[in-house]
Amino acid sequence: MSEESTPDDHELRVSKIRDGTVIDHVRGGQALNVLAIVGIDGSEGEEVSVGMNVPSDRLARKDIVKVEGRELSQDEVDVLSLIAPDATINIVREFEVEEKHRVEPPETVEGVLSCPNPGCITTGDEPVDSRFEVLEDGVRCDFCGTIVREGIADLIET
Amino acid sequence: MRHDHLITSKQLSRDDVEAVLDRAAEIDADPAAVADRHAGRLLGLLFFEPSTRTKMSFETAMKRLGGDVVDMGSVESSSVKKGETLADTVRVIEGYADALVLRHPRQGAATMASEFVDVPLLNAGDGAGHHPTQTLLDLYTIRQNAGLEDLTIGIMGDLKYGRTVHSLAYALANFDAHQHFISPESLQLPREVVFDLHQQGGGGQIREHDSLSEVLPSLDVLYVTRIQRERFPDESEYQKVAGEYRIDTETLETASDDLTVMHPLPRVDEIAPEIDDTDYAAYFEQAHNGVPVRMAILDLLLEGGENDE
Repeated sequence: MSEESTPDDHELRVSKIRDGTVIDHVRGGQALNVLAIVGIDGSEGEEVSVGMNVPSDRLARKDIVKVEGRELSQDEVDVLSLIAPDATINIVREFEVEEKHRVEPPETVEGVLSCPNPGCITTGDEPVDSRFEVLEDGVRCDFCGTIVREGIADLIET
Repeated sequence: MRHDHLITSKQLSRDDVEAVLDRAAEIDADPAAVADRHAGRLLGLLFFEPSTRTKMSFETAMKRLGGDVVDMGSVESSSVKKGETLADTVRVIEGYADALVLRHPRQGAATMASEFVDVPLLNAGDGAGHHPTQTLLDLYTIRQNAGLEDLTIGIMGDLKYGRTVHSLAYALANFDAHQHFISPESLQLPREVVFDLHQQGGGGQIREHDSLSEVLPSLDVLYVTRIQRERFPDESEYQKVAGEYRIDTETLETASDDLTVMHPLPRVDEIAPEIDDTDYAAYFEQAHNGVPVRMAILDLLLEGGENDE
């Protein structure tokens, strides 16, 4: 099976990878947040390709992220569900898709989002990671109880 | 009550609450029986915000159980002034004391601190978050005056930032109380708390109002909190709002003769002094109840620690 089973002109704009991870069906405009949430900023030399707002049958417009030389763990993938609930994850080895996963919402996310409540203890200088419970329609700070339902991507710690 | 820490009233079941209130009633009836019960044990007081009643009642409670306190003192005279984190402070003081009481201006401080210590930690107020020991003494006072069954309570004032209100609302949901929340729109109960009350199954029993008059005749208890001037950017806005949530004997004309008026104190002018001498007033009794209730809480937590060994 090839990496893209039915490649078209739009998908070919993003080059194929030999080994690594393809994160597909990301909601349009969220690709850079996807990279932030899994902590990829290119500083470790990863080869990263990003396609933004490419046409998609399922999402009308979607983003695609391809990371060469790195296989994302299930934990990393699950965190993506906060901003890319429709994403599919393809683990590619020797140009072949070896594993295909859907994201599953985790019960909690730690050290990924910062609490928007300025009075929350996690926004000070304490040696503690943020921790959010994942709700059906948002996230909730484990420390101060603040619930966030919209703009979760804005809370991604960079 | 079998908890390592007391952080929020959400963690308390109805049985937990009743165990504390029953123990408090026993202590209240015969304080001499527990006079040496925790001799030699020390309670660490870490108050990062000013406090009179909570701090002094914890101190009194521990001493009346035969124990003593070690007090961090004011923030200005502590290592906090040098930039020490709360996580470090609690880890140091847990080495001195058998249990810790924490008051802190930031929400979630007690949750975080409890993750750094092994001794029981009691939340004595974390910003606009929770104040569970206040809630237990509130419930004790309600049980004495109105009972906790079929209770209809009005909770009025600053419901947004009032941690005593949040804690009380959660605890009352255990008792299926009818809760009427009365406040200006800008100081309504946080949506998180409303969400939780619905999740707890008590959501059908809560109503929000902007005026006391429509619900006053149905109330068994009216719990008044202070509307804080500093919450308003403009003094005239404060004056406009505060005046509508002030009670005096005229305001209470349509109230039941059995109404109990409570307040976590300190009050400024939201309850007229003329109420003090009426049968409605229970706020000083409520403050006094802080000692037996905190004795009961300390006793159950410290006793629990012994049983765990």
